[in-house]
Amino acid sequence: MKLIETPNLEDHDGFYAELLAAHRGLSDSESHALNAQLVLILANHIGDRQVLTEALALAKRR
Amino acid sequence: MPYDYKPFPYVAPPGLTAPEPRHKVVVVGAGPVGLCIALDLATRGVPSVLLDDNDRVATGSRAICWSRRSLQIFARLGILDKVLDKASPWSVGRICRGDDEICHFDLEAGGSDRLPPFVNLQQYYVEQFLYERALAEPLVDLRVRNRVLAVEPSDAGADVTVRTPDGQYGLSADYVLACDGARSTIRSMLDLDFEGELFEERFLIADVEMEADFPSERWFWFEPEFHDGGSALMHRQADNLYRIDLPLGPHADASEERKPDRVIPRIEQIVGPDFELDWVSIYSFQCRRLGRFVHGRVIFLGDSAHVVPPFGSRGGNSGIEDADNLGWKLAAVLEGRAPDRLLDSYDRERVQAADENIAQSSRAARFIAPAPGPERLFRDQVLALAEKAEFARDWVNTGRLSTPCIYALSAPDDAHLPPESRPGAIAPDAPQGNGWLLDRLGRDATLLALNCKAPQGLDLPVIEPRLTDKLRARYLGAAPRALYLVRPDQVVAARWVEAGAREVSAALRDLWEGRP
Repeated sequence: MKLIETPNLEDHDGFYAELLAAHRGLSDSESHALNAQLVLILANHIGDRQVLTEALALAKRR
Repeated sequence: MPYDYKPFPYVAPPGLTAPEPRHKVVVVGAGPVGLCIALDLATRGVPSVLLDDNDRVATGSRAICWSRRSLQIFARLGILDKVLDKASPWSVGRICRGDDEICHFDLEAGGSDRLPPFVNLQQYYVEQFLYERALAEPLVDLRVRNRVLAVEPSDAGADVTVRTPDGQYGLSADYVLACDGARSTIRSMLDLDFEGELFEERFLIADVEMEADFPSERWFWFEPEFHDGGSALMHRQADNLYRIDLPLGPHADASEERKPDRVIPRIEQIVGPDFELDWVSIYSFQCRRLGRFVHGRVIFLGDSAHVVPPFGSRGGNSGIEDADNLGWKLAAVLEGRAPDRLLDSYDRERVQAADENIAQSSRAARFIAPAPGPERLFRDQVLALAEKAEFARDWVNTGRLSTPCIYALSAPDDAHLPPESRPGAIAPDAPQGNGWLLDRLGRDATLLALNCKAPQGLDLPVIEPRLTDKLRARYLGAAPRALYLVRPDQVVAARWVEAGAREVSAALRDLWEGRP
């Protein structure tokens, strides 16, 4: 397991607020588009295929 | 000037008047793949009968992008000069969204080679050049207007019933090679089905003749201003002919859409009014293959074995590679030099290649013609990102262009040597004296001894090339010396930094037995 599932981001509350602010005033489709770009940008930044596969699995887990 | 489809001469075959002696090989279908395998076998001394129900080359441009690997194979079969003389070479692809270019790629970026990464040439020219070679080749018995009516395989060969303008006759052969295309009649006769995926999207392709000055580049548009169907692709071919591909959407009526009064206005929006429509065809995306390509004494090659959408130029080129992979193996089996199971490696390796082509093509299809919902969302956002972030330009998928499959071999290897020449890959080319290294490979299994002497007591041809920078980069990397065992299809079979005659002999034995 390479994906970090333990706390790793300082000021996560601040990031969460920034994420909501970025979506404020957007239509649903604009919001989807923003999220999609974020996923792509972060995937490229992470740059580790295994981490991405594990992240997808975590997101899909119920 | 439209291409002149001249008929090739029909001659009444001997089998109409008396039973023919048993043949080693009957090839069915004189398209590029059938012609290549018959010519390849001929260079290896194996005669074949090549049957085709038509007597002229295929109508319309069809396969137009020939890869560097196909050109290397054309070189060995003796048609390279004619192809290069006529074809339009290219290495740059431009990708637009609407009217604006969002990115481009250059396939030559890794440094130039003896041959361009791709040339565009209408399939009928490639067929014509191969036909001319075949007609001059005594070991290829080319019979036009010979339609196969039945194939009956047995353990030791197959019987073939053929219809000609002068009546029917029978042939028997040790092997029958089915090169009869995507709608293969042999596949139906053997009751074999394709497995895989059919996409609903339909595409229109048109050949347009015009005096224009578009560069010899691959141009792709997403959401073009001139066509509301989502994308467009344009390629320059020989003779001022341009090829345009346009999606029509899943519900298009193919017989309506191919009519000139429907096609011409679409093309006019792209190139203006001054053109002649030369050929129109409609196809749907398919990513399908036979479960196995070798069915006893009947072997499938090219579109009869596998079909993919055209955006990666993986149809025609993979068929040529099939022929290249099979030729030396079948020749060795027929000569008794190798056991029958060498042919299993054709099945294994070309199934691997077909699966790669299918995976690449279905990914491209999902990018070019995404389904509504998430497929469309992510596709559009990759395009939006490509305009502002460099990384996303690589993600734009207008078809990943054909490169030779690197076969999965568990042969001797050394991690100190460069990855590009690892076992399973085509031996990289490099200048050598006045010629090129690849010209000296491709007849027999050959040992390359780089910066060293070959071990004594080996029974195979040895080349000790003069070490150049290019050769060193491609074959040695940081290693001081190396031995490479290269198959007759120019694929690296095994390599060592240090090895004795025993190791090389063992790898040579594995090569002829077709071990993975």
